Amino acid sequence: MSKEKTMRLTLPVEEYMGPGHLACQGCGATLAMRFVLKALGPKTALCFPACCWSVIDGPFPHSALEVSIFHCAFETAAASASGLKAGLEMTGDTETTVVAWAGDGGTFDIGIQALSGAAERNEDIIYVCYDNEAYMNTGIQRSSATPYGAWTTTTPVKHFKSRPKKDIDAILAAHRVPYQATASIAYPEDLVKKVKKAKDVRGTRFLHIYAPCPAGWKSRPEDTVKLARLVVQTGIFPLFEMEFGEKCALSIKVKDRKPVKDYIRLQGRFRHLTEEEIQHIQDDTDARWARLMKLCEA
Amino acid sequence: MKKVIMGNHALSWGAQLGRAQVIAAYPITPQTQVVELLSEMCANKTLDAKFIKVESEHSAMAALLGASIAGARTFTATSAHGLALMHELLHWAAIGRLPVVMGNINRAMAPGWSIWTDQNDSLSQRDTGWMQYYCGSNQEVLDTTLQAFKVSEALSLPSMIMLDAFALSHTYEVVDIPDQGEVDKYLPPFQPKLRLSSADPHAFGGLTSPEHYFELRYMQQKDMELAPALIEKTGQEYEKAFGRKLGLIDDYQCQDAEVLFVTSGTAGYTARVAVDELRREGVKAGNCRLRVFRPFPFAKVREVVGRAGRVAVVDRNMSFGHHGIFYQEVKSALYGHADGLPVFGYVAGLGGRDITPETFKDIARDALSRKKTATAEEIVWIGVKK
Repeated sequence: MSKEKTMRLTLPVEEYMGPGHLACQGCGATLAMRFVLKALGPKTALCFPACCWSVIDGPFPHSALEVSIFHCAFETAAASASGLKAGLEMTGDTETTVVAWAGDGGTFDIGIQALSGAAERNEDIIYVCYDNEAYMNTGIQRSSATPYGAWTTTTPVKHFKSRPKKDIDAILAAHRVPYQATASIAYPEDLVKKVKKAKDVRGTRFLHIYAPCPAGWKSRPEDTVKLARLVVQTGIFPLFEMEFGEKCALSIKVKDRKPVKDYIRLQGRFRHLTEEEIQHIQDDTDARWARLMKLCEA
Repeated sequence: MKKVIMGNHALSWGAQLGRAQVIAAYPITPQTQVVELLSEMCANKTLDAKFIKVESEHSAMAALLGASIAGARTFTATSAHGLALMHELLHWAAIGRLPVVMGNINRAMAPGWSIWTDQNDSLSQRDTGWMQYYCGSNQEVLDTTLQAFKVSEALSLPSMIMLDAFALSHTYEVVDIPDQGEVDKYLPPFQPKLRLSSADPHAFGGLTSPEHYFELRYMQQKDMELAPALIEKTGQEYEKAFGRKLGLIDDYQCQDAEVLFVTSGTAGYTARVAVDELRREGVKAGNCRLRVFRPFPFAKVREVVGRAGRVAVVDRNMSFGHHGIFYQEVKSALYGHADGLPVFGYVAGLGGRDITPETFKDIARDALSRKKTATAEEIVWIGVKK
């Protein structure tokens, strides 16, 4: 662990993720982990359901992280974390922050029942969904987090995904969890601030982190941060916080939203889209943005 | 303290006396009274546990695995479809070496919704690596729960305790509820060999290559092989402390039996009544009730069953396309150890059809009337309407 103060950013200098992990070049999920652990510190335990991170961390007997990990079944991140927290408390450890760390498939699809149950019970856990918008670990199959228009191996170009991405944040807001936020790896200060805030809240906290995947999006690894910034600047993935399903507030204000085309054209998964289809994405983004602004005013 | 309680409440009492620390459960008929009483015990603080009221059996087991890896003593109860829903996590518990203890009320599987008893639910979980106890009385349910915590935690392997739906789960019997201080002496707090802690970080259950996985499963089997002796030993310790024996099998009049029933669950007690009646009629009958099915008590079965004149294995379950499951297992245990011993298979009482002393007398008559040489591939469905 390097503790040299080499960064000029306002981020904690401590590192809890070592080199030698198995992530692909330009992996957004790996940056997400690095920033989240900087914010949470060493008294942290992670529950990994099946997801990219169950591989990234490295095979037995190796681990790239300096915190404990409980590998759990695909659909059980929230339930496993609920039990782990209860077990730690009953054995005298009330300090460790327990985090369910799942991808979009494990959150939006197969794990949503356990997540809904834990959120309704207000379990004292942080649930992080790192969202790369498809089943990337199994080879880029569509999930309900895959956006309209995207190619995946199960939504071939001739039959691309025609339905919009599921609004998981609205689903969590409907559970009135004490704290929830969206974050992007292109805004690390904002991300770390939110994780630190979440750490001090009791009850279920939900963080939805946007994490580009060059391998699955057919984008250049060096564009990962750029894409994670553009997705915010276009308004496709606004960064906001909510408390108890209310008090929605934008944490990164975007004055002049960039056209979605700037974001779309950097990714091979959207290469087949016509001008009309891109316009459809623009219109949908505009409508969702208007709704969010109303929510923030309320 | 003696109390008249139902079988389900015997499980709750077992969990309370065993000082379970984390409970996670989901209601299903006919298990509900187990968790209702546990909820009250937690609310009244007679039991210091966290009770996670999950949204499914799948999450119940998942939560307990999380709690167990942290070093907490864990308990749940379910039945039939709930157990089937847990299936994936039953493997997870055993391979993860997490000593969860669970009550399962044996209930028949749908369709044709049935809430009545048979054993296909738990026997379908035979190969998940859980120890399996089949109980015949409410007292045995309570006693077995305490024993199961002790054995499971010593071997880092999970245990399942079976009660027949209604025939035991809802039947009221006098149960001697042991003193908490005495139980604490028998069952000290859980001291896990490994536990997840943020002070000493480790990754549990990560990607395991063919280089390592094979040995993990070998070690699992080696520890399971220690279970029969440990069950006998902890059973003798229990007898010393509380006066009741908890062995691998419960043999009744087996010494000179010309026809020997092999049974499990409540049918194992019904069989005793039939044995008494048959003996009064001049038929030397005996009954070997298997209390433990996993690990399979090979040595005990060979010793007790192997010397009988004829054997009638009675199954409240069926492996379709093969035989009743206890029948298969008993034959497998006797192979090469009891040459020429006729072993016959009987299927009875599926979906809660009553098994009465008369059922056993019919079975005895059938077994005794068969030609000895006909070690039947044919199994008999007792009382089936054709």
